[in-house]
Amino acid sequence: MSNVERKLFVEPERYEFTAASIHQFDLARRDFFKILGAGIAVFAVVKDGAGAQETAPGHRSFHNEELPKDIGAWLHVGEDGSVTGFAGKAEIGQNIRTALAQTIADELRVPLESVRMVMADTALTPFDAGTFGSRTTPTMTPQLRRVSAAARDILVEAAAKEWGLAPKGLVAADAKVTDPASGRFLKYAELARGKTLAQNLPAEDPITPPAEWTVAGKPIPKVDARSFVTGHHQYTTDISLPGMLHGKVLRPPSFGAVLTSFRQSEAKPMPEVFVVRDGDFVGAAASTEREAQEALDAVKAEWKEVPQISNKELFAYLKQNAAAKTEDRFRKQKGSVEEGLAGAAHRLDATYNVAYIAHAPLEPRAAVAQWADGKLTVWTGTQRPFANRDELAAVFHLPESSVRVIVPDTGSAYGGKHTSDAALEAARLARAAGRPVKVVWTREEEFTWAYFRPAGVIEIKSGISGDGTLTAWEFHNYHSGSSGIETPYVVANQQTEYHAVPLILRSGSYRGLGATANHFARETHMDALASVAKMDPLDFRMKNLSDARMRAVLEAAAESFGWGKKTQEGRGFGVACGDEKGSYVATCAEIAVDKKSGAVRVVRLVEAFECGAIVNPDGLRNQVIGAMIQGLGGALFEAIEFENGRIKNPHFANYRVPRFRDVPDIYAMLLDRKDIPSAGAGETPIMAVAPAIGNAIFDATGIRLNNLPMVPNGLRPA
Amino acid sequence: MPIEIEVNGKRYPVNYPPDTPLLYVLRDELRLTGTKYGCGEGQCGACTVLLGGAPRRSCQIPVSAAAGKPVTTIEGLEKDGRLHPVQQAFLDAGAFQCAYCTSGMIMSSVGLLQSNINPSQSEVVQFLQGNVCRCGTHPRIMEAVRHAAKMMQERGR
Repeated sequence: MSNVERKLFVEPERYEFTAASIHQFDLARRDFFKILGAGIAVFAVVKDGAGAQETAPGHRSFHNEELPKDIGAWLHVGEDGSVTGFAGKAEIGQNIRTALAQTIADELRVPLESVRMVMADTALTPFDAGTFGSRTTPTMTPQLRRVSAAARDILVEAAAKEWGLAPKGLVAADAKVTDPASGRFLKYAELARGKTLAQNLPAEDPITPPAEWTVAGKPIPKVDARSFVTGHHQYTTDISLPGMLHGKVLRPPSFGAVLTSFRQSEAKPMPEVFVVRDGDFVGAAASTEREAQEALDAVKAEWKEVPQISNKELFAYLKQNAAAKTEDRFRKQKGSVEEGLAGAAHRLDATYNVAYIAHAPLEPRAAVAQWADGKLTVWTGTQRPFANRDELAAVFHLPESSVRVIVPDTGSAYGGKHTSDAALEAARLARAAGRPVKVVWTREEEFTWAYFRPAGVIEIKSGISGDGTLTAWEFHNYHSGSSGIETPYVVANQQTEYHAVPLILRSGSYRGLGATANHFARETHMDALASVAKMDPLDFRMKNLSDARMRAVLEAAAESFGWGKKTQEGRGFGVACGDEKGSYVATCAEIAVDKKSGAVRVVRLVEAFECGAIVNPDGLRNQVIGAMIQGLGGALFEAIEFENGRIKNPHFANYRVPRFRDVPDIYAMLLDRKDIPSAGAGETPIMAVAPAIGNAIFDATGIRLNNLPMVPNGLRPA
Repeated sequence: MPIEIEVNGKRYPVNYPPDTPLLYVLRDELRLTGTKYGCGEGQCGACTVLLGGAPRRSCQIPVSAAAGKPVTTIEGLEKDGRLHPVQQAFLDAGAFQCAYCTSGMIMSSVGLLQSNINPSQSEVVQFLQGNVCRCGTHPRIMEAVRHAAKMMQERGR
């Protein structure tokens, strides 16, 4: 395993472009029922392209039986009436385990307590590209509904056969099938008894519309919640296996440094301590973390460092090093911006800069690896268990079937846990030690060797007519990503372009991807245009919007917030909105500035969010409020500082995250649209927070802040 | 003579070196993993335990300094299958997302309420300022602490 130096172009929405790998699972039908017991199993086969991003091409399974199409989910009804749903998604704090269990209970007509979800285990669950992009709700819930509906049909048919009746007219409810004419019933458990029936089903089985949901749509508390308040839940970092050692990795002094010499201490090696050098990788495993660290401290290693870009030259570098040619998919054009600008009554051009920020999940990257009979099992907190499995298989030259990755419910990720770094490290050390090894990154490692939300530069040229109608819109994003790059406003003449730039710091997905940067720039710019047009910022937006869902969230947020009803002198109001991944958001902010210190305080945040039919309003509210608070950090003060390939603030003491004192009076208004399919909600609610706050700062002070974070050191009055 | 520490009412001999932070003894030697590693620098509060009744960052306490003082971890709050009011309040309020910070939040809150049964909003904020919740569940945590205070007042009087 070596640290291959690669000058990659950032792939800001990496998963959108990832080819699905070959679907593979070796769970024989025989084994399937051996694991789960007899009963009824149903597999969701995705026929159309809708699930293609999430599922792999059809492939052999069940030992040479052909599964005709992609499989996204499966379900088992056991002889005791227990229901198990299988999905490749990971629970990372977004509360999807609960939402998926609710979905099954709802569609199968069983009590929620009888449903258990098996998730993110490459040996037991269907292939899944990963838990990201707000995809779980729109893709996985329909698939689980289809398998549940099909299982219900099978149970109804089994009851009909038992009674010699036609299935039509029988009723499935409360975990039993009832014949309303006679009042007799059979429990699902009785109907599943003695059966080993497996069925594939096509995708178009009718499912229950949101208006008729009984378990879904309700604020059900987090399943297994008790195990979290008692400390009993086992995160990856908590796992302990018999004979397990603790691993540490020797980190280079700076990014890209190459190991030039390596010498182990001449002192007598300690028993039970394993030191591994493999290419640029140096690590140690010992019975405690401390002993492993001491073994590494005794290693004499020399590194050759390479010159690196630093903070102060970052934004100029991004502009100067953009790819000469933009791929077509990253360029959209309509009308003529030149003509639109020529005909404008007012023109406004501006540049916006966005810093690198860190996900800083509270559970750091971690993995436990165990080798047995040439097979590798890894427990790790990742959003991409199957990609981790594939990478482990490639690195250790194993068939995919010899690697199993299991994701315990994880201490958050926010887009930051796509890669398999800790898994590779633990596996490498475990192979050398011949014992299971656990690797838990330190906070400093997490801040340094993970990856960041990419920094970026955004340039906007725009024009409006005398009455405040947008006439021209030209938008260039350098490096930070193309998500949410297109304007939702009506503009006849527009051009948007995403410019790839080679990586400076290791970068990747982050909650909302590039959408946070793009919305910050666009919604700040719209505010500035409103001011040029001498219009109220809300009215200006409304004038240029036709999308009814966007208008609805803006109206809801403004009304709930009390837009235009300022109660205190010196306070500022700001608004921003946006849509992404099928959901809509509008945020209003009220801020206060301490005149003496220049400290900016967010007093109040109100957000209206609409993501179609709500599956669990309690979990959704948690996600939305959480995104608002996380967004506040990136808006005001979060920024990674770096120089010569070193992170200068890799600690919570100098990388500031939102804490209790930063949290304003906060309210999330959830608009439930039962007529619109459910969309995901992990990302969009973060997007409008920063521009709403920035616009409020402008309202209070007349100072327009075009860089994120906006006030890392407070506001310096002009 | 190995050090002995008392955790959740039980005495344990400690084989780890005396300068080992209490956190690692709890997690790795005693396998009480409810107490979490978050930063190892006393900056995030995930490792909070009660030491002699007061909330302390266990990553900053050498195990030798814990000898002779009772240690309470998240595992020690439940009594006879009954949750501590603060645990119950967190459960009732759904005051967690990924829940990795929850043990530390609960232990800090227990520490606060044991010394101040009726804290003001700003006292709660002040007290929990050192506990990071990266998921942004702060408003529900505040609600849980208020709710717990009420339950403890009712139960205690």
